[in-house]
Amino acid sequence: MAANKRGAAIEIAALRKEYVSAAGHIVALSDIDLRVAPGEFVCIVGPSGCGKSTLLRILAGLDTQSSGTIAVDASGWPVQNAMVFQESGLFPWMSVSANVGFGLMTRGVPRAEAAERVEAALKLVGLTKFRNHYPHQLSGGMRQRSAIARAFVTDPGMLLMDEPFAALDAQNRVILQAELVRIWERTGKTVVYVTHSIEEALLLGDRTVVMTAQPGRIKRIIDVPFPHPRNLMTLSASAEFGRLKLDIWRVLEEEVMRARTEEEEG
Amino acid sequence: MSAKARERALYLISPIALLLLWELLLRAGLGDRRFIPAPSDIAVRFWAMTVSGELALNVAVTLYRVFAGFFLGIVPGIAVGLLMAMFRPVRIFFDPLIAALFPIPKIALMPLLLLVLGFGDASKIGVVAIAVFFPVIINTYAGAANIEKIYWDVAKNYGANQSVMFRRVVFFGALPTIFAGLRIALAVSFIVLVAAEFVATKVGIGYLIWNSWELLQVDTMFVGIVTIGVLGLITSVLFQEIERKVIPWKAE
Repeated sequence: MAANKRGAAIEIAALRKEYVSAAGHIVALSDIDLRVAPGEFVCIVGPSGCGKSTLLRILAGLDTQSSGTIAVDASGWPVQNAMVFQESGLFPWMSVSANVGFGLMTRGVPRAEAAERVEAALKLVGLTKFRNHYPHQLSGGMRQRSAIARAFVTDPGMLLMDEPFAALDAQNRVILQAELVRIWERTGKTVVYVTHSIEEALLLGDRTVVMTAQPGRIKRIIDVPFPHPRNLMTLSASAEFGRLKLDIWRVLEEEVMRARTEEEEG
Repeated sequence: MSAKARERALYLISPIALLLLWELLLRAGLGDRRFIPAPSDIAVRFWAMTVSGELALNVAVTLYRVFAGFFLGIVPGIAVGLLMAMFRPVRIFFDPLIAALFPIPKIALMPLLLLVLGFGDASKIGVVAIAVFFPVIINTYAGAANIEKIYWDVAKNYGANQSVMFRRVVFFGALPTIFAGLRIALAVSFIVLVAAEFVATKVGIGYLIWNSWELLQVDTMFVGIVTIGVLGLITSVLFQEIERKVIPWKAE
């Protein structure tokens, strides 16, 4: 993993996603314009149903947009992107090391090289002792760490993370957030991180994209001024952190309230 | 007595009680021992046939036919079931065939198989293979079609091609349900084979049962019936052990 390389650049223009469901015609995303610089850590926050996960899935190639363009420049990286899902999505029938090495196996990386890289990735997340365990033998936090190792081992230009720590308890979440920031600071990859937690977005990212629901639009993009390397504990106790959090909450609150009244009326 | 030992004792009580009741009723003169032998009569005959080697020969032939047919049927059954889950055209092609052929009692195909495959082992193995094919297809398809969506997403995002998807994701994801199908298939194998052995063969447990009925050797007939039950029990226990080994993630 080269720390001197910069991650992928992303350019999203006039992106729109609509689909027809039992509830009728739904506009999940509308007028999404976003540029992400190489090596940037961008967080996307918004109320549930704002399409933030859909946006991530389109970036990951798991879904397609209705119109608009996405351009990702990941030249120089062996893999364009790797996604970390909310529920780890580890294959229950594979050991931890087989799970972590999955993206290398699919791409035909020679076995010896793959084993070496898997070992390095397990070391990165502190799971070398558990390489032969099955996912059901791990705690939730260890599963998510395996999923992160699985993403990093492929050496992607960008990491796509869909509320990866949402299912964890508070202590584990803090530990994993700190680990993620530490790893990111060392690898220089571009990260797009979806969360519903303002606090998490401010702790981790360089910029926070606030989205609105129905249709999912970008309401505001906020620069997060905290320098790296970050100490998440002291950062979250600072006055400026509290002020920014309140700012974003006000933006979001408006949206959440609006969505609620619409739901009640409609 | 520990809870486990108590459960094990309870497990044995019902068959033992049944055998005792059966024995006592016959000894009390209720029923004709020429037509309904007592468990002790069956045991004596069982022992005699074991010593003479007659039982072992018939068991060996029956087991050979069961397992040959079983494996011949499950391999294509699993493959077709997985392909049906992965490719819509395959499913549409096979769906009407399965719907039409599954309900046919497979033993009804025996005359046809005798015609095509002759009176040897092949026709018996063939009927077992056909009989297990269907429950295995249906279970495999159900298992593969119900794999959680996230595994497809992960596989796709991490660069899996169709072949990797098939061998590493769909197959293993469906494995617990496939095993449920295999257990049904194993029981079906015995059911169909014993019926098939009633006709057109001179060896096997099914033949033993039918032949002793014709000769009115009721105790031998019962030995055959009990043997099938015991074989079913042993293979099913072995099967559970294999399942535990093959699907370690399902244990907890």
